[in-house]
Amino acid sequence: MPRPVSYNVNVKPLERDISLADMPGGHMGEGFFATSLDKVVGLARKNSIWPLPFATSCCGIEFMATMGSHYDLARFGSERVGFSPRQCDLLMVMGTIAKKMGPVVKQVYLQMAEPRWVMAVGACACSGGIFDTYSVLQGIDQVVPVDVYVPGCPPRPEAIIDGVMRIQDLVGKESLRRRNGERYKALLESYGIQ
Amino acid sequence: MALTNDRIKERLITKFGDQVSGFAEPYGMLTFEAPKEINLKVLNFLYDDEELKFRFLTDLQAVHYPDQKGTELAVVYHLHNLADNVRIRFKVFTDMNKPDVYTATGLFSGANWMERETYDFFGVNFVGHPNLKRILNVEEMDYFPMRKEYPLEDQTRVDKDDEMFGRG
Repeated sequence: MPRPVSYNVNVKPLERDISLADMPGGHMGEGFFATSLDKVVGLARKNSIWPLPFATSCCGIEFMATMGSHYDLARFGSERVGFSPRQCDLLMVMGTIAKKMGPVVKQVYLQMAEPRWVMAVGACACSGGIFDTYSVLQGIDQVVPVDVYVPGCPPRPEAIIDGVMRIQDLVGKESLRRRNGERYKALLESYGIQ
Repeated sequence: MALTNDRIKERLITKFGDQVSGFAEPYGMLTFEAPKEINLKVLNFLYDDEELKFRFLTDLQAVHYPDQKGTELAVVYHLHNLADNVRIRFKVFTDMNKPDVYTATGLFSGANWMERETYDFFGVNFVGHPNLKRILNVEEMDYFPMRKEYPLEDQTRVDKDDEMFGRG
């Protein structure tokens, strides 16, 4: 007896023609608005994430579809995908990473400037996927710390967008001093990154 | 007159006598073997001869037969005659403990990386190769993965449930 399929048929009506980000909570007065700095910074950062697509294999194709016009990733602020780690915030590792490629991913991660986030897209980047062999790195979290894992083989563009939205949540709520704190330093130490 | 498998076989036996052996034609492709000492002589003969003209090396790989003691590793050359569209397979057997085979890079430049791959995965030492080091695996790897005694799976995983994968 096959599993009954459920379709997402709840059509959400369009609220307004142009959607703007919500204002953070704060105190508003005549000509001024007071809020806390990390809310404003978080709002600005999360709506302009510049991803670095580290697309290796099939998940890279799904990313190409996500950047296309049907499932547009640009409307989330990722209009400019940069291929230089010096200019990007989010490292999206999409595809199978072989053991020989591991140090390369680590090098790209090291070249990124703080604050940086890593998203592992697809089963191979999360855990090696179906390639349980001597030559495939069983998950990129063996070389870099990962923030969001998107499972799937390959994940649908909607799933990649969901991953980006969760990254946006993380970015929006991150405290400004997180990168200097003890816990973060301990995390990087465990990966051998100074 | 088209170049047939019988004609190739006849020319090889005339030239090398009983050193070439094991003639078979699986799926119509002539296959033969020779001792590893004369592999370059056979390759050169197949290249230079104006009737045979096997001037394109399609593939160079190895096979590990763990049960044939003394001739465990076979290096397989696939050659192609582009003018007459004839393919031929040539096998050279070697011992696991002393897997030295003469390199074909002098004759075919394409053999360079293919021999590096064969060395990387099977451990066949190609004598005279200009740059014999690992090409596809990590340089620090100390074993040859495609040999039958090594498992495919990554041995460092601790969280995989063998029952679910049929290995429990």
